[in-house]
Amino acid sequence: MIDFYLTPILPELFLAMTAMGLLLVGAIRGNEATTIISWACVLGLVIAVGILTKLSWQDATILSGMFRFDYFAGFAKILIAVGIAFSIALSVNFLKQENIERFEYPILVLMAGIGMMLMVSANNMLSLYMALELQSLSLYVLAAFSRNSTRSAEAGVKYFALGAISSGMILFGISLIYGFTGAIDYGAISASMIGLGQAPLGVLFGLVFLLAGVAFKISAAPFHMWTPDVYQGAPTSVTALFAIVPKVAAMALLVRLLAAPFGPLYTEWMQIIWFLSAASMVLGAFAAIAQENIKRLMAYSSIGNMGYALIGVAAGTAAGVSSVLLYMLIYLVMTAGAFGVILSMRRKGVAVENISDLSGLSQTNPALAYAMAIIMFSMSGIPPMAGFFGKLFIFQAAIDKGLVVLAVLGVVSSVVAAYYYLRIIKVMFFDAAAGEGLDVGIPFARKAVMIISIFFVLAFIFKPSFIVAHTQIAAASLFTG
Amino acid sequence: MVSFPLLSLMTFLPLVGVAFILTLRGDYEAVSKNAKFIALYTSLGVMLLGAFMIFKFNGASAEFQFVEKAAWFPTLGISYHMGVDGISVFFVLLSVLLTPMCILASWHSVEKRLPEFMIAFLVLETFMVGTFCALNTVLFYVFFEAVLIPMFIIIGIWGGSRRVYSAYKFFLYTLLGSVLMLLAILWLAMNVGTEIPDIIAKADIPMDIQKWLWVAFFVSFAVKMPMWPVHTWLPDAHVEAPTAGSVILAGVLLKMGGYGFLRFSLPMLPDASHYFAPLVFSLSIVAIIYTSLVALVQEDMKKLIAYSSVAHMGYVTLGIFTFNVHGINGAMFQMLSHGVVSGALFLCVGVVYDRLHTREIARYGGLVNNMPKYAVLFMIFMLASVGLPGTSGFVGEFLVLLGAFIANNIVGTLAASGLVLGATYMLLLYRRIIFGAQNNADAAALLDLDAREIVLLLPLAIMVLWLGVLPTSVTNRIAPSVDKLIADTKPPVVAVAEPEKEAKKKK
Repeated sequence: MIDFYLTPILPELFLAMTAMGLLLVGAIRGNEATTIISWACVLGLVIAVGILTKLSWQDATILSGMFRFDYFAGFAKILIAVGIAFSIALSVNFLKQENIERFEYPILVLMAGIGMMLMVSANNMLSLYMALELQSLSLYVLAAFSRNSTRSAEAGVKYFALGAISSGMILFGISLIYGFTGAIDYGAISASMIGLGQAPLGVLFGLVFLLAGVAFKISAAPFHMWTPDVYQGAPTSVTALFAIVPKVAAMALLVRLLAAPFGPLYTEWMQIIWFLSAASMVLGAFAAIAQENIKRLMAYSSIGNMGYALIGVAAGTAAGVSSVLLYMLIYLVMTAGAFGVILSMRRKGVAVENISDLSGLSQTNPALAYAMAIIMFSMSGIPPMAGFFGKLFIFQAAIDKGLVVLAVLGVVSSVVAAYYYLRIIKVMFFDAAAGEGLDVGIPFARKAVMIISIFFVLAFIFKPSFIVAHTQIAAASLFTG
Repeated sequence: MVSFPLLSLMTFLPLVGVAFILTLRGDYEAVSKNAKFIALYTSLGVMLLGAFMIFKFNGASAEFQFVEKAAWFPTLGISYHMGVDGISVFFVLLSVLLTPMCILASWHSVEKRLPEFMIAFLVLETFMVGTFCALNTVLFYVFFEAVLIPMFIIIGIWGGSRRVYSAYKFFLYTLLGSVLMLLAILWLAMNVGTEIPDIIAKADIPMDIQKWLWVAFFVSFAVKMPMWPVHTWLPDAHVEAPTAGSVILAGVLLKMGGYGFLRFSLPMLPDASHYFAPLVFSLSIVAIIYTSLVALVQEDMKKLIAYSSVAHMGYVTLGIFTFNVHGINGAMFQMLSHGVVSGALFLCVGVVYDRLHTREIARYGGLVNNMPKYAVLFMIFMLASVGLPGTSGFVGEFLVLLGAFIANNIVGTLAASGLVLGATYMLLLYRRIIFGAQNNADAAALLDLDAREIVLLLPLAIMVLWLGVLPTSVTNRIAPSVDKLIADTKPPVVAVAEPEKEAKKKK
């Protein structure tokens, strides 16, 4: 019987329709309509969030088991929608300034967002792959969006080539798993493994390939090589998007994948995640020290941050998943704020990207400098900023599970990482301004994103339960299903 | 008891001042002037609240007073829990006393970005008071680590020539120490139950785990203290920090280490504390003797006083780990006395630095001729630092040595030898600056203290003498809490809750 109950997938359907409609608008009105289309996309996302909150957040599996909506998916989708809205808002004036204002931009971002929202609801290897590709293909185009810049083209090609390889690995992994379990549905895979005692070797191989592919998407070391180059080459607003949202979606996908079909293989995948986590944290901390370009620095910072989130994944408990969701939320908001500052780094109308360009910012543009300083302190995990609490919950989950060595590695690399976050503060506050100050005048949309980000980072401490309660229910929903 | 949240008010009132400073608009001159006054009045207001607190404090009780408790992270059991007992109340007082002094000391000497300086100091006050009032482990950690932010900024922006290096060193050293403490807190939580415990929660933890936890806490507090051999950040930070930064660093921030030992290590991990006591003794002795020798050869005034701080902190750790009444009371007293004395000594250095812009000892000499008032006040603080009877320094060192001799004769003898060295370098410093020939014309022309500087130094001098003559005004209030601490620290079999009972009878 054809399952035609579509309510849980309504937000995605609505966004897909919005994207198609706006594509028509763009085709008729041309590139001048970019700003309007951007705002329409943001509005569409707001409506989608509205629909999401109105849905019943009880577990529901539709489309013959392809799509699953539960509290976890709902929470992750709100994060994704907010992140996408942030990145579109951040891009509005930037595209005009860089002369790459084309109406496809916000629509492609929206399409990537739809892919991500489907990713976190995937309940079947096929829907996982399709959602992942919808996201990836949109992102490949965006990386190369600045057609006249060789850097951007290089970033696009590099991202595409490596992304295609990783997709291939995922596909190969899926086929191995299918071959040895005879199933592509999450529930069926999990059921086929119960009572076996030892997992078949083929499934393990499949799992390794699958994890390698997903590790590429979240840019966990040692699958991180593309990240700094793509981050540096892509237009900055695209870098902001890359840093903010796909990580959240891929991390949620990973969590569901490991909890649902491969839950019985905890001891096996835990070692892999352990290594990915440790390697990412250490690499993210040490490799960033020598960076001069702030976009590259953010690339290594995001690698490190994924390492911390993976600690929570490695714990494999509901507390661990809850801490991952909280961490990703805080990471998303902080990164959005940081890129608000980076996008505002222009001197005489030309974008500048070196850390030294920030020198003396506290004198020339105090508000921007304070915003960046608050975010940098938060990223290095210093209380009372939100970043500290993200790490606190992650470490708590790890220690409860007995992953003490990983936790110690985590805190030690966070001290190393603090060094390069402090360097930005040092450049802004301790160094004298070199040459002319940065251009003043920040567009409204970007200002709004930064204000929301700073407010969240500073105010989180006052009412943490407001969010933590939701992450806990979300994590629990993953484990009961 | 008072029903209104006195401690929270003291903690967060400075932030109100910050909010006011942030609203100031106009040209730099007017804004800085207003910022100075707002900061001064705010900190004086907090000081008055502090005076009210000590007035209302029941010194006969070992219980926590002015307690406030509210749910914060209900799911993890982390609560917003504030309160003071005999151990913490004087540290709170010290913090709120030194902050207005620091603001007054920076009245003219901060030459750039004054509103930001005042903001940094008020924020720092919030975090300092919070650290000493927090009764929940995570809340404590939040304040403890947050202190780094304003201090990093203070050293980095308003410091001397090597300020960036020193600011980094200060931040990263202390951060590395404290992140390990965070893990220890979480580990402790796992062993105590599922919830993050309050500081005062007691738990029976197996010895092998206690040892690890103790080491983690020890690293954190030893860096903060600082103990030899992790003290190297201190001389750098002191030398480069502006005067007010040095005062608060020596006066309050260093005390957080000793306070941490008294709050965490001893009562929560008693067995491990006993186990590691010989290690602490050895490090303390090395600190006392070695850093005193190092201080002897310094050419920079601030560096000399910084090394003397390390030596004095050696007495504190020594006293804490004797586990007897004299030792711990002495350590407490020594911390308070050192807070006042070293703060005052850095202010004294600041006085001449403001005039001559050098800290090199050899550039001064014969100041007694042209700065007699300065010479007198400086002498009081110098003698207190040496530990002359009649000053506050004597009481602390004497009690610590008494405790040390009870615990171990050899340790006591070695520690006592540090007194001689301490007298040597301080008297030498004083002789070279204040007495001798007036070789430097510019030093000979310096003006004596002005009214503002007298207002700064005189109260501290009075406090030094008062604490020296009437130490009981402090020790009586500390004693019940210290007795309770000692009872808690004894191995479980011997633990008798007598002081608690007595305290209850008195009520």
